[in-house]
Amino acid sequence: MLLVLLVVVVLNFFMLHLAPGDIADTIAQTMGGADEQDMAELRKQYGLDQPFFIQLLNYVVKVALLDFGHSHFYNLPVFDLIMERFPATLLLVFSAQILSIFVGILLGVYAAQNPNGLSSLFVNMFSLFGYAAPVFWTGILLLIAFSLHVPIFPVSGMRDITIESSNFFVHFFDVLRHLFLPMITLASIFFAYYSRLCRASMLEVLGADFVRTAKAKGLSKKDVLLKHALKNSLSPVITFAGLSFSAVVSGAILVETVYSWPGLGTLAFNSIISRDTPVLLGILIFSTLMVTVGNLLTDLTLKALDPRIKI
Amino acid sequence: MKKHFLKTLLLTATLIFTSLGVSFAEPKKGGTLIAAVGNSPRHLNPAVQSGIVTGFPGAQLFATPIRYDNNWEPQPYLAESWEISDGGKTVRLNLVKDAVFHDGVPIKSSDVKFSLETIKKNHPFKTMFAPVVSVETPDEHTAILKLSSPHPALMLAMSSQLMAIIPEHVYGDGQDPKTHPQNSENVVGSGPFKLVEFKSGEHIILERFDDFFIDGRPYLDKMVLKIIKDPATRTIGLENGEIDFYAFENVARNIVRLKKNDNLTVTPDGYAAIGPIDWLAFNTKNGKTADVNVRRAIAYAIDRNFILKAIMLGVADEARTGIHPGSPYYEPNVEPYNLDIDKANKILDDAGYKKGSDGMRFGLTVDFGWPGLKPNAEYTKAALKKIGIDVTVRASADFPTWAKTVSNHDFDLTWDTVFNWGDPVIGVHRTYQTSNIKKGVIWSNTQQYSNPKVDAIMDKAGVENNMDKRKALYSELQKMLANDLPVYWTNTLPYHTIYSKKVGNPPMGIWATSSPMDMTYIKD
Repeated sequence: MLLVLLVVVVLNFFMLHLAPGDIADTIAQTMGGADEQDMAELRKQYGLDQPFFIQLLNYVVKVALLDFGHSHFYNLPVFDLIMERFPATLLLVFSAQILSIFVGILLGVYAAQNPNGLSSLFVNMFSLFGYAAPVFWTGILLLIAFSLHVPIFPVSGMRDITIESSNFFVHFFDVLRHLFLPMITLASIFFAYYSRLCRASMLEVLGADFVRTAKAKGLSKKDVLLKHALKNSLSPVITFAGLSFSAVVSGAILVETVYSWPGLGTLAFNSIISRDTPVLLGILIFSTLMVTVGNLLTDLTLKALDPRIKI
Repeated sequence: MKKHFLKTLLLTATLIFTSLGVSFAEPKKGGTLIAAVGNSPRHLNPAVQSGIVTGFPGAQLFATPIRYDNNWEPQPYLAESWEISDGGKTVRLNLVKDAVFHDGVPIKSSDVKFSLETIKKNHPFKTMFAPVVSVETPDEHTAILKLSSPHPALMLAMSSQLMAIIPEHVYGDGQDPKTHPQNSENVVGSGPFKLVEFKSGEHIILERFDDFFIDGRPYLDKMVLKIIKDPATRTIGLENGEIDFYAFENVARNIVRLKKNDNLTVTPDGYAAIGPIDWLAFNTKNGKTADVNVRRAIAYAIDRNFILKAIMLGVADEARTGIHPGSPYYEPNVEPYNLDIDKANKILDDAGYKKGSDGMRFGLTVDFGWPGLKPNAEYTKAALKKIGIDVTVRASADFPTWAKTVSNHDFDLTWDTVFNWGDPVIGVHRTYQTSNIKKGVIWSNTQQYSNPKVDAIMDKAGVENNMDKRKALYSELQKMLANDLPVYWTNTLPYHTIYSKKVGNPPMGIWATSSPMDMTYIKD
């Protein structure tokens, strides 16, 4: 795992430095222009005047010592910046992931019962639409529908800062209200994956001998479906959930930008545009960690579902 | 004719009454203004960070010696009066007596001296205070600026976000002011609002400063600046009433759409000193565009009206020179280069650029500084095809990529938006001065244009304190530039302020939100 991290750091560092322009240019942009001494000074201050390999070495050594450096743009420690944003992304990514798995399975099970029927076709269409539509477009569409025409949900942010209550539940429901649209938007991409996977594996399992046995025993349709068939058809779904974790994290960048969700995605986006390399590298390291942890959780869930699996 | 006269009379009367209505309406105290901003500022200290993104919160947190009214007239602010003597080489500022910083410490003339020196050393606009040799502080409420030469730009440079008065006892502690931790948190300012919380990428919350030096102001209790990057999201927020106020909207489509909303006021007023101009810059040193004939032919082939009507959807103004049409120095009587394809073709024929068998004379590239100018670049390709110039549009991935290309003079044509920043000395001279050809520096004289006569006029205008003489010099400058055409200016960037009908006195001076909003209020 440490090797993975090292490769991630070195590769990313290399790639980020291939991009033309640097932080001095973007600072000049926010300033409406700067003179050459200022820019030279900035480059010197951030060590950008050093040869590439020295910069790389410096960075790797620092990260090894758990120092992620300072954001060039915000002049704040990268670790603090990331920690400030991390909970928001975690909340969004996990809730969207859980929602998409849950709804996906539900749709899949539903579609599997009558694989060639109209309802199955509808489920397919619906989930494929979510998959095919660009996520920022889905986001804006939902905003127009549920913030403008039927104003139930707020357009941006994670909290209503004008609320002055100290009641925990007031804030809890406020965050929930803000979370709803971004969560649906992000989850919409993955409905298709899960519903189709679940449908396919349900169809396979439904034809298996043990299901016929269960039916022959006279179990109710519900018991057959949920206790016998579903449990056995979940493992491809869960495996895929683990694999798609990285896709959810990257999808979050777009969703966060549309909804001004104060998470790592918006920070990453800003950092790319402003060539704030330390922040971007920090985020990439964190995402790597997040995906690794996500995969670990997947393995554990799989084991819980199927005791035959050994970790 | 008579009918027209009556109509004008009616309109004038309405204008008078509405303006009276605004000034007579009793501002209401209290309330929270929810504003949106399109970008997160690096930090909140305008003394060491320029740009409109820092300007909005910066002008609320920090007061400046003077402020400007709608007619470019300087008004007292932290300086209750000022005297200019010694042929413009001595400027005496008499400070308000009972002003205090947000931590309660009195604002003294030594703070003014400290602020000016800090700005002079760290602010990117070096021309603002370049002639200021020293600041004398004979007593706590008097600051005397000594100049090496007259400097008419000084007045504008002492307003808006350009000369934030920062406390010496906080920012003079020996740390580099550019990276001072109190630029982002625990900001100790001198302006009408103090900082409650700044979360980068999320929001900035400001609160009324009760001991502000103007009695009874500000009217608002609180300002919440929500950072919303996505233009569509901002627009929906304004439409559903979640956002009360947004300045610097420049997406023509959104402006047109929001204008139809009865709950919102949409206005282009207030941006004269910010002075953003869209233009097509030429590489005047290398390639075909080094020939002034080519530049003129291109200008004749590009239809400014098409840009104004089709790309800007009628919400932008024509800009014929590098000085913003809202500035008192704007000279509209220059060669306008109105669309004339025949003339353009003739110029190129006469200059010896023969059309090849494919109808093309030569090829050029066109870049653009930010995504909003992409339609302009694409239009350029179509327009110049008519005069036999084969244009390749080069899209840059993002700003730093473009900046690298253009600042290293590796371009033929580029669309760009450049700001005047008040006085021509601050934001106009830099584009045309020979001494400002600086490789690697964006928004320097990247055209590499050099004309000793133009340099001489700018030097003269920069130190001319007589308004009429100065106007004449700038008029001459604009005519000469239009003749040499290092840049073809087309239109103002259509900055608009959009605000809910419940907002009273939004900032409508020359500096938009880079001015204190102590008079803004929320109607019930």
